[in-house]
Formats: sequence, C-alpha cells, structure tokens
Amino acid sequence: MSIRLSAGGVTVHPEAAPAPILENADLELQAGEVHALVGPNGAGKSTLFGVLAGDIAPASGTVDLDGAPLASIPPKDLARQRAVLLQQNDVAFAFTVEQVVRMGRAPWVRTEREDADDELVAAAMAATDITALRHRAVRSLSGGERARVALARVLAQDVGILLLDEPTAALDLRHQEDVLRIARDRAAAGAAVALVVHDLNAALAYGDRATLLSRGRVVATGSPTEVLTAERIEEVYGQPVDILTHPVTGTGVVVPKR
Amino acid sequence: MSQEVVVPTPSRFRASRFAVVTALLVVALVVTMIVSLGSGQYPLSPTEVIGILLRAVGIDNAWAPDAAPAAGVVLGIRLPRIVLGLLVGWALAVSGVLMQAIFGNPLADAGVVGVSSGAAVGAAASITFGLVTLGAWTTPLFAFAGGLIAVFSVYLISRAGGRTEVVTLLLTGIAINAIAGAGLALLTFLGTTSTREQIVFWQLGSLNGALWQNIALVAPLVLIGSIVALVVANSLDLFALGERTARHLGVRVEALRIVVIVTVALLVCAAVAFAGIIAFVGLVIPHLLRMAIGPAHLPLVITSALGGALLIELADLVARTAVPLADLPIGMLTSLIGGPFFLWLLLRARKSAGGWA
Repeated sequence: MSIRLSAGGVTVHPEAAPAPILENADLELQAGEVHALVGPNGAGKSTLFGVLAGDIAPASGTVDLDGAPLASIPPKDLARQRAVLLQQNDVAFAFTVEQVVRMGRAPWVRTEREDADDELVAAAMAATDITALRHRAVRSLSGGERARVALARVLAQDVGILLLDEPTAALDLRHQEDVLRIARDRAAAGAAVALVVHDLNAALAYGDRATLLSRGRVVATGSPTEVLTAERIEEVYGQPVDILTHPVTGTGVVVPKR
Repeated sequence: MSQEVVVPTPSRFRASRFAVVTALLVVALVVTMIVSLGSGQYPLSPTEVIGILLRAVGIDNAWAPDAAPAAGVVLGIRLPRIVLGLLVGWALAVSGVLMQAIFGNPLADAGVVGVSSGAAVGAAASITFGLVTLGAWTTPLFAFAGGLIAVFSVYLISRAGGRTEVVTLLLTGIAINAIAGAGLALLTFLGTTSTREQIVFWQLGSLNGALWQNIALVAPLVLIGSIVALVVANSLDLFALGERTARHLGVRVEALRIVVIVTVALLVCAAVAFAGIIAFVGLVIPHLLRMAIGPAHLPLVITSALGGALLIELADLVARTAVPLADLPIGMLTSLIGGPFFLWLLLRARKSAGGWA
C-alpha cells in the first residue's frame, strides 16, 4: 500500500497559546485504508486535520502529498487530489442541494472528467440518500440533511484522498452507518480516507488504522484494536471502560463502566 | 440567519427562468430608454426617437422629425444622460452582487456599507482642492481611492472566520458612513460656494449634466468591472460554502477576494464619479433577481446588470418628469424605494428567523 498523505513531526503553536496545540505529530494516510483519528475534546484532532487539509501551516514539521510538500501544490491541483468535509457546512444564499453537490465538480471544470459530472452528482446524491431533496434549498434542510449534502459534495469531487471531520456528528443511527459504510467502500476502491470520529466503536468497526491523540500529542497509532485498549482509553479519556467482544462480528465494543 | 424566505425552485426551471427574466429586462430597459428619450420639455413620440437614433447611426428613415432641435435634444442632452444612467445602474447592481458574494451576506451594498460615501469623499476632495493633475481622470481616480479604502476597511473590520455577521456588517457600515460624512462635512466647510454646490450634488445623486466625455471615462471602467464579474462568477458560487471549503475546491481565495474588492471599488467609483451617491440599487436588484432566478452568480451578474440599469432609467424618468420644470435628485428616489425595501427585508427576516441578532 502506498502512502498518499503524510505528516512528520508537525508542531502547531499559535502565538496566543501558552503551549503548542499540536506537538511533534506523525501520521501516515495510506491508499485503501480508513484511518480513524480519535481523542478527547481539545486533543488536537481538528488541528491535525487542518494541517492535513492544508488550512493550517505548521510551525515545524512536514506535510507531503505523494511525496511533494503540500504547500507547494497549487489549490486547483490539490482539489483534484483530495476532498475535505468540515464540520461547519452552512451555505450562504438559497443554493439547492443539487447545485451544492455539483460544486464538488468545480475542480474538474474544463477537463475530460467534466463529462462524468451528471453521473457522479447523481451517484453521490443517491449514496447519501438526498436525491429526493435535490431541488430544495440547502438552508431549508435540517442539520443532518445538510451534513449529508456536504458529504455528497465531497463524494462528487471523486478524488483519491478523503478527509472527513466528524462526518457522523449530526446524523441519526442509520445515516451514521451509511456514512461509515461509504467511507469503507471508498477505501476498498483504493481511496485514502481520514476520519475524525468521537465514536470509538465506529473507529473499531470501520477503521483499518487508528491514531489516538491526547493533549496535542499522538499517543498511539496502529490497528484500532491495538490502539484502543481499555487501559489506554481510561488513561486518555479519564473514564474507565470495558472492551467486550461482539458475539457475531468479533469486533471490540467499548462500554463505559457505569 | 435565514435572510431570504426559502422558495424551493426546481433547478430545471431555472435555466428557462433566466432566459425569460433576461428577455423581459432587456425589453423593459429598451422601452424605458426610448420613452425617456422622448419625455421632457420638448416631447417626442417613440417613433421620432427611434428615427433620430437610426439617422444618427447612418440609417436614413422617414420617422426622424425634420425640426433641427429634435436631434440636438435627443443626441446632445438626453442620450448622454440616459447612457450614463444605464452605466451607473449597471455598475451599482454588479458591485452589489460581488460584495454580497464575498461577504457571504445578502445585505452588502455600496451605499449601506459606506463604499459610496468613501468614493464621494475622494471625489469631493479632488473638487474642493481643485486638483486637475490627472486631467479628466482626477475625480474618478480620487473616487476610486476613497472607495477602495472604504471597502477594504469594511472587509477587514467586519469579517470573522470567513463570514460576515449581518449586524457587524451593518454597524461597520454605520461607522464608515459616519467617518465619510465627517470628511464630506469638512470638505464642504473648506470649499468655496461653487465647490460646495458640487459636493451637495454628489450627496444627492443626479444624472443632470451628463456629458459624452464622462461616459467615455465611465464606460471602460464598467466594461472592465463587468468582465471581471463574469469571469469570477462561478468561483463566487463556491464562496457560498465558506472560505475554507472554497479553498478545498481549488479556489485561490485570497487572490479572488482582492480582485473582487478592487473590482467593487472600480465599479462604485465609475458609478459615483459623475452621478454622486445613488444608494440601494446594489441591494434591491440582486435581491429581487435572486428570488426570481436563484443564487447562481453567473446568471445573477447578467440579470442584475440589466435590472440595475432598468431601475436607474425608471428612477431618472420619474426624476425628470414627476415635477414640471424640476429635476429631482435621483439618489433621493432610489433611497425612497430602497429604504422601505430594506425595512421589508428586516421585518421578513424577523418573522422567519427571529431577526439577525
């Protein structure tokens, strides 16, 4: 498997902050894998995510996409390589669902791949279960529907690296599972997927790899079952847990001790 | 935060809606201009007006009246005024669309946020100090500088996290307008009787005294601004997703932002340079057209340009003919339309989303 996106020794230290909010973090995002980023609130997940997306320039350390420094890649070329789903997905003005999903095709305007626009937009809307909403204005939708519209936009971009920041946060159970399945399917098709999640069970069930952050540092990285042990979760989250084994699938299930 | 009542417009109807709206606007604009050319103290029928226009471009015809003053009135006095009005309305409406796009906020307008006042201060300074160093370009250049300072200030002060809160934008506009008002007051105080009169004319807004020389200056600016607006229109759609997402989709956000701000200043200065402050055109027109054809920026720029021109032509027709022998200030008329429209938006937003607080 090839490394698509890698961060090495990344430190982010805003001038106003007394301490770095991310220190010496390493991360490798491989093609064909779902990589779950987990950690408590304020652990630096969003910061690391921002660094990988190219939004935050680290004070030190390197971020490379296919071996080339991320900062050296022009925005348009970058947009043809990786798609980013943020937590905030407000849309100004009354753009319709279909118009917004179609905006995901913007990087491919005036290229050969423009021909696939209609097909990919329709497929992305079907996968996220928003086809019936396609003529509605995004602003008139519920939070969960908006989150799915944003995900559809990201899928329509049709690129090999997906960075998803809490894509399941606003969603009901079924749509959460839909989204995680989509992430896994994309990875199975060869994409490198980074997934920030709060749900440790989702990380265990859908992650091929997990990275646990705490207080701006990477605590552990590796296969989800190795990373998310009961001791480590208790240490990082300050909450004792039991890890059970699912009777059918055999995956670990994290249950807080109550 | 929901500023517009959401009318689910099926997007498949939107392309044909755009064609219909554009056609209607073009027809209305042409009719208004011909009626306007024929109206006034020396009335002419629409056929006579068309006859004169055709003869002026070298097509001889029977419609043109034989009386010599008719052609002079139409071509020398009314036509420059009407062409200037067209350009001014066009420029203001397009600048409104651009500003609303980069502020991500449907209430941004050159008048509301103080860009027009900034440009007027620049222009007033050049009048008061009798600056002629750059010939006919002096006043437009000063207006451009004033407008650019104002729009950059508003932008830097009122933005946070890639978006502009409505309240912050409006309050910033109040502050910028206050500062510009003080500047204008000072310049009025310093000036002579004649420069004072000119400055008062600025603040009222009028197309009176439009000359072909003015148009020769304004037209290229409006043309450049409009071309830029059309080129960036599709990128502006992505701005609606927020700046970070726009960047993730390949937009060079910082560069686009600066290009748009400079273009706004260019368009506003072109409008303000010879016509003074004409408020609310950039607010009312894009708003109405967004309701009619949806928010996509490419069709919005085109229809807003036509709509802005139409509004100014209608306002100017009223300004010239409502009171016999008087020429009302056009800025007063657009504010008379725009003020209540603004209130209506405010009330509607309060009903649908509990206001903008």
